[in-house]
Amino acid sequence: MYRRRVLPGFGLSLGYTLAYLGLIVLLPLAALALKASGLGLSQLLQLLSSPRTLAALRLSFGGALIAAVFNVLVGLLVAWVMVRYRFPGRRLLDALIDLPFALPTAVAGIALTAIYAPNGWLGQWLVPLGIQIAYTPLGVLLAMAFVGFPFVVRTVQPVLEAMDRDVEEAAASLGATRLQTFTRVILPMLMPALLTGFALALARAVGEYGSVIFIAGNIPMRSEIAPLLIVEKIEQEYAGAAALGVVMLCFSFVLLIVIAQLQRWSGRWAERST
Amino acid sequence: MRTTAHVSRPVSWQRRALHVLLILAVVCFMSVFLLLPLAVVFVEGLRGGIAAFIDTIGQREALASMRLTLLVAAIAVPLNLIFGVAAAWAMTRFQFRGKALLGAFIDLPFSVSPVISGLLYVLLFGAQGWFGPWLEQHGVRIIFAVPSLVLVTIFITLPFVARELIPLMQAQGSEEEEAARVLGATGWQMFFRVTLPNIRWALMYGVLLCNARAMGEFGAVSVVSGHIRGLTTTMPLEIEMLYNGYNEYDHIGAFAVASLLALLALLTLAVKTLLEWRYSDQIAPHTPGGH
Amino acid sequence: MTLLLSHLSRHFTDAAALDDVSLAIAPGEFLALLGSSGSGKTTLLRILAGLDYPQSGSVTRGGHDLLSMNARERKVGLVFQHYALFRHLTVTENIAFGLRVRPRHARPSRTEITDRVEKLLKRVQLEGYGGRYPAQLSGGQRQRVALARALAVEPDLLLLDEPFGALDAQVRIALRRWLRNLHEELGLTTVFVTHDQEEALELADRVAVMNRGRIEQVGSPEAIYQQPATPFVCEFIGKVNKFELQREQDRMICGALDFGADLWAKRYDRAVAYIRPEHLALATDTGWKARLRHIYLAGSVAHLELALDTSEQLIEVDVASEDLLRLGLQQGAELYVQARTATVFPLANDTGEAKSEDRRVLRPHQQPY
Repeated sequence: MYRRRVLPGFGLSLGYTLAYLGLIVLLPLAALALKASGLGLSQLLQLLSSPRTLAALRLSFGGALIAAVFNVLVGLLVAWVMVRYRFPGRRLLDALIDLPFALPTAVAGIALTAIYAPNGWLGQWLVPLGIQIAYTPLGVLLAMAFVGFPFVVRTVQPVLEAMDRDVEEAAASLGATRLQTFTRVILPMLMPALLTGFALALARAVGEYGSVIFIAGNIPMRSEIAPLLIVEKIEQEYAGAAALGVVMLCFSFVLLIVIAQLQRWSGRWAERST
Repeated sequence: MRTTAHVSRPVSWQRRALHVLLILAVVCFMSVFLLLPLAVVFVEGLRGGIAAFIDTIGQREALASMRLTLLVAAIAVPLNLIFGVAAAWAMTRFQFRGKALLGAFIDLPFSVSPVISGLLYVLLFGAQGWFGPWLEQHGVRIIFAVPSLVLVTIFITLPFVARELIPLMQAQGSEEEEAARVLGATGWQMFFRVTLPNIRWALMYGVLLCNARAMGEFGAVSVVSGHIRGLTTTMPLEIEMLYNGYNEYDHIGAFAVASLLALLALLTLAVKTLLEWRYSDQIAPHTPGGH
Repeated sequence: MTLLLSHLSRHFTDAAALDDVSLAIAPGEFLALLGSSGSGKTTLLRILAGLDYPQSGSVTRGGHDLLSMNARERKVGLVFQHYALFRHLTVTENIAFGLRVRPRHARPSRTEITDRVEKLLKRVQLEGYGGRYPAQLSGGQRQRVALARALAVEPDLLLLDEPFGALDAQVRIALRRWLRNLHEELGLTTVFVTHDQEEALELADRVAVMNRGRIEQVGSPEAIYQQPATPFVCEFIGKVNKFELQREQDRMICGALDFGADLWAKRYDRAVAYIRPEHLALATDTGWKARLRHIYLAGSVAHLELALDTSEQLIEVDVASEDLLRLGLQQGAELYVQARTATVFPLANDTGEAKSEDRRVLRPHQQPY
């Protein structure tokens, strides 16, 4: 078949892309896949079934879930205020939302610890009230919420901005109260963005390491997260680390697929270009 | 008239009170949740005074960690820049089978925990890894040495540039490049005179984020570094070493180094915001990327 | 219940959108608000809908103050220019929305809602489309869904904002007729906003022509077209030839053209005359001498562009295509033009402002061709 491409560079760009991706991403992934498949299912389960590992997994997944829910609630509020209201300093705050993306995790980790440790900036007031955050699971949640904070805001914001005021006016002229307009019109339209933000924040929090380990205290069975356990296991034997790694990676993949589906789902309402 | 026509009906005081309340809640929350950590870094870093700050920053290990961080970023960022442009060109200018899959693989590093990224490379090059024994025989060190730091950083920051460029180049279409070809431009002429000027701000945006992440990465490099002070510790690792040190002087040192990285973060945010205001039409509408 | 708008004013920061507007809308009437963008017509509609509020003036319906009610309480059906359909809801759910958000005691039962939606779908000829999302419909279908949604709450007043603005020419004409029929069936007081004079004149019982926040004229389409009340209406509606007149002794003339005797007892020195192309007729020997410059044949009508001999002013004359053939006119031909009806506004001597209240309709040449 004789078919010329109009623009040049197909072979070069695709070849380079594939080679680079193969070396940097696929080869290491293959190493993990092979290591894990070498273990077999029973050994895999055995490696994962120690109480300490289970506790770490529970904290990582459960904590990430709670943090993501928190981020959905707070993120929606922040996005709403940023889009709908005008107040001095709004632009500055808006730029600040991305801070958790820009701030290196280790920096965030020691900063949060310095605030919430028993002798810290806020910790010294909170601990006497019986609220201990640093070196407890609560600290883990806080760090997870911090790193995942921008996701929901940044997915919801553009949707809210693009939302036509017409639609709200239509609801009002059809007799809906403000609350009904919010729950029946605005919220459903934001739902795909909220869920996408939730999934992204969840994925980020599950794998988070740097900002968590400083504030967590890393007490086994209590405030030790799964990524830290992987780091410790690498130093002993690869198999255990690989087993944990595979579980977490699979979770990431599932989330990736869920996010892609969500995006499709939100496209259901989108204008079809004809 | 629609644009200016918003409600002149007196908004009830309850409604207005609610607005003020919501704004206050958000401002307070963000101050404690985001601003406070930032402030803590600088205040703690400067606790010993300016002289002590400069002194800690000037320590041999601290300087070595800065050099290493710059070196790693200086290798990883340009490589990912070239990759990003090539990948975006292939993805947006041609139709081929498996394109969606390729896109998924480009995005993959964003969804992998940093620790797992490190683990992948340990499994590949570590003492018990695929290439470990062979490398050891030939006296090549990758894990617990600078090459592994560079490799995991490349892995972690791989999607940034490509992810900025793909949606933008998709939206721009290939008409201008086709016009250049019809007018007789060679491939490279077309690229440098048409494509590159069109994507430069998005490219800069991607490089900015890529660099911030490359310099700030902690989890992945922590796994492969081996923590040899002065040799394999980047700035974030140096922070950890200092922070876990036993005297208060080290503690201040940790925050001093951290404040440098925090400054970098602020600078990144400032440039990023500037780019978004100034060139919003030339930067792709983006979904938030992982860090 | 007559809808009474009195002395409505609404100022935006830069300009007045409504400037002392008063209007009475009779029950069952089909009223068009016609004007170009920025004329205030949309603002007026939004005030009726409760989406905007005037700084002064009042709106009452059957004596009840409408402005003290918010949008939800007004029983007004509004069809937005771009429809504002809820894209996350199906057609059925869109139409049922206004019923479902009612407080429980006023909400119809589930089956009642289903029934009503079915009836409305039938009415707007969208049976079988209930399960679709707005994105899956064509422009005309969306428009009808928006209409059905507005009708579902059984409003006392139906408001339509540029109802055909976003549609193709073909669909527009079909929908126009359909809407007119629907109005006749329902007898619902309807106000619609448009910038398209053809649409307004064809569809409405009465037309309010708006300009710069004021109502220039309200009247039947025929009155608007045949007896324009202000220079703006003359120029805005249809095509028109404009002549600037001077008083000489007791006659009004434009160059060598005589428009007849001064009708204002020498109170005004100048005036403007508007003559529609179809109110000019061709003659062979009497009238204004002119040369034929171009013929634009448009089906049954021919638009002739003529240059007046005395002033070189270009004028347009419409004749039936048949007559054109019969006369065998060619480009460059010399002929005479007679004006049958001219609408003349005197200009104030000091300000030069047109005095609409002293408008006269002149018949400069009594005998038609």
